[in-house]
Amino acid sequence: MSQMNMIRAINSALDIMLEKDPTTIIMGEDIGYFGGVFRCTDGLQKKYGEHRVIDAPIAEGGIIGSAIGIGVNGLRPVAEIQFADYIYPGLDQVISELARLRYRSGGEFFSPVTIRTPCGGGIHGGQTHSQSPEALFTHLSGINTVMPSSPYDAKGLLISSIETDDPVVFFEPKRLYNGPFDGDPNKPAMTWSSHPGGEVPDDYYSIPLGKAALVESGDELSIITYGTMVHVCQAAAKRAGVSADIIDVRTLVPLDVETLKNSVVKTGRCLIAHEASKFSGYGAELAATVQEECFYSLEAPIERVTGWETPYPHAFEWDYFPGQERVMAGIRNVMEAA
Amino acid sequence: MAPKSHLHIPQPSARPGDKPDFSYLRLSDAGAVKRPESNTPASGIEFLAQDMVRVLDDDGQAKGEWAPDLAPEVLLEALRLMLLTREFDARMLRMQRQGKISFYMQSLGEEAISIGQGMALLPGDMMFPSYRNQGLFILRGTSLVDMMCQCLSNTRDMCKGRQMPIMYHNRKGNVFSISGNLATQYPQAVGWAMASLIKGEDNIAASWVGDGSTSEADFHYALTFAAVYQAPVILNVVNNQWAISTFQGFAGGERRPFAARGLGLGIPGIRVDGNDLLAVYAVTRWAARRAREGGGPTLIELVTYRGGAHSTSDDPTRYRPKDEWAAFPLGDPLQRLKHHLVEAGHWSDEKHAALQEELKRFVTDSWKEAVTYGTMDSGPQLDVREMFDDVYAEIPERIAKQRDQLLALKGETP
Repeated sequence: MSQMNMIRAINSALDIMLEKDPTTIIMGEDIGYFGGVFRCTDGLQKKYGEHRVIDAPIAEGGIIGSAIGIGVNGLRPVAEIQFADYIYPGLDQVISELARLRYRSGGEFFSPVTIRTPCGGGIHGGQTHSQSPEALFTHLSGINTVMPSSPYDAKGLLISSIETDDPVVFFEPKRLYNGPFDGDPNKPAMTWSSHPGGEVPDDYYSIPLGKAALVESGDELSIITYGTMVHVCQAAAKRAGVSADIIDVRTLVPLDVETLKNSVVKTGRCLIAHEASKFSGYGAELAATVQEECFYSLEAPIERVTGWETPYPHAFEWDYFPGQERVMAGIRNVMEAA
Repeated sequence: MAPKSHLHIPQPSARPGDKPDFSYLRLSDAGAVKRPESNTPASGIEFLAQDMVRVLDDDGQAKGEWAPDLAPEVLLEALRLMLLTREFDARMLRMQRQGKISFYMQSLGEEAISIGQGMALLPGDMMFPSYRNQGLFILRGTSLVDMMCQCLSNTRDMCKGRQMPIMYHNRKGNVFSISGNLATQYPQAVGWAMASLIKGEDNIAASWVGDGSTSEADFHYALTFAAVYQAPVILNVVNNQWAISTFQGFAGGERRPFAARGLGLGIPGIRVDGNDLLAVYAVTRWAARRAREGGGPTLIELVTYRGGAHSTSDDPTRYRPKDEWAAFPLGDPLQRLKHHLVEAGHWSDEKHAALQEELKRFVTDSWKEAVTYGTMDSGPQLDVREMFDDVYAEIPERIAKQRDQLLALKGETP
């Protein structure tokens, strides 16, 4: 067991998979000699060589397209897209090829690609380094979408993502790389060393895809969230003095409906929070699912706390980011409703 | 003052009613282009991307350094496969016209490309075809019955009813699944070839796009990745002059040949007479050897003409002269190979007519067998349960529930 931040945990997962499975290769921009702009692949090229830890040209469509071919030829590629904001040139390869190859070929061809990509705001990244485009991927059939909120989950879920024969888009909330950010930018930065999620086994372990985590237990409200917002919601619920289940869905697809259902049936109230903007966001799917499964248990309209429906600005970052005050306002709404 | 520059809108040389005009096509004489060693550095062989490698002359003679040393029986097999492809296409086109299948795309006039290139590769080499490469599937042993069943979306459809007609695959034969999205297979082929080297194998990859698809970003990604990693891959551009209604000038082909697209990256380009099976075979052999010996990628432009409509949904008389194919200076690939074999004394009109009859019967028999596995409106039908399989490796609960919902509506038990 070691104290790890999320960067080290991801590095450890990649290291273990490169060691354990000789078909695993990783590729991406700046990931090899340099070790990645966020250092997630630091030291791996030195350890496993340039043929397995491959620096790539600046062409996200080319990275994803060639990774698919590498996967078809029996290897297990993990492709890094440096920022989720840069994934769009590769979308045709994800949507029309990666997600549908098994289906369209009657089950005869598949490519077990994992795409890792940092997402989310809170790092002064403006509209091109802060986006949370997960809903673009959860809408696809044939691909899994994962977003961890702690180093422990990041390692275990990344290992499962690499091991599954299905393609995975693995979002890493970059504001959580170095600590459990609770949405308050004025507080001194916290590190993972004082958080239980920073306790990470050095060896192999995996967390199955499709299992949500109950990070706080309560009986008045169910807060359903993922990524950075898990920590923001924990802090906000505490300040609001509400006894809430806080559920980190962890894998957006496949979704653990059972855990959501059990919680909302118990509490009768539900708040959904994510950084991405509201309209057609993943929260809409969560709200629809809760409504379908728990309608007769609901005592109040489902509340959503999200980013605004604007691009992610540079100057008004903390007005855009759905911080503790917004979550607390949402909690008041859902708790005060009849 | 009026600006001196203006927006250039490329114009084809002839529209319906005009006399076909191929004066824009730069030709070389058969045998005129030198054949460098396959390990020659790209910088020394740029002429290959400008000139046109041709072997067969107008008299059916094989000329020059590129003439491959192929036994007559190999050439006769090539002729048979090209003819089979054409007979298959003709039958399937008729079946679409009769409403038996929903859609079809012929490779009329382009048969030498799939057959000639396919024959120049080894069985372990992976092919990433476009939608006009049915010859590759036939060459790699996909049965006509299987191809017909795919077009019929019937109970023996390899795609289990999930793809439009002609989107075949052949895993055992190392032919990749066809996508309806253009050029996506190009970077995938490069990745496949990279993996071959990572694994320490010497299989190479080959992929095909049309002239129109060279405009897609994936084409450029593929060239960059192939050049950067010196991937053992043959990237083919089938320049059949037309991308539906837009002529090759709209893909930027007016000033420099498509074969020259890789030169800026140090990828050698070869422009070849795509209707000359011997030349097509020879340049592909050259590129395959270069790739296998560590020389990296080659870009081959195969100059040909799309003899038929783009697809059964297209009407080319609305945008090009009806008799344009007949005026195409590179002729018909099938007739040219036949001419060569007849001139060499290995073949005759009588034998050709007999073979054609035999293949027609074979195609007819294959169709008769294919429809026993079901058609769109009669006979055995696919189980609708299969619609829900293969989205993921194992069927997730959500999708299983949706399957059962549909079955309940149809009054079937899950």
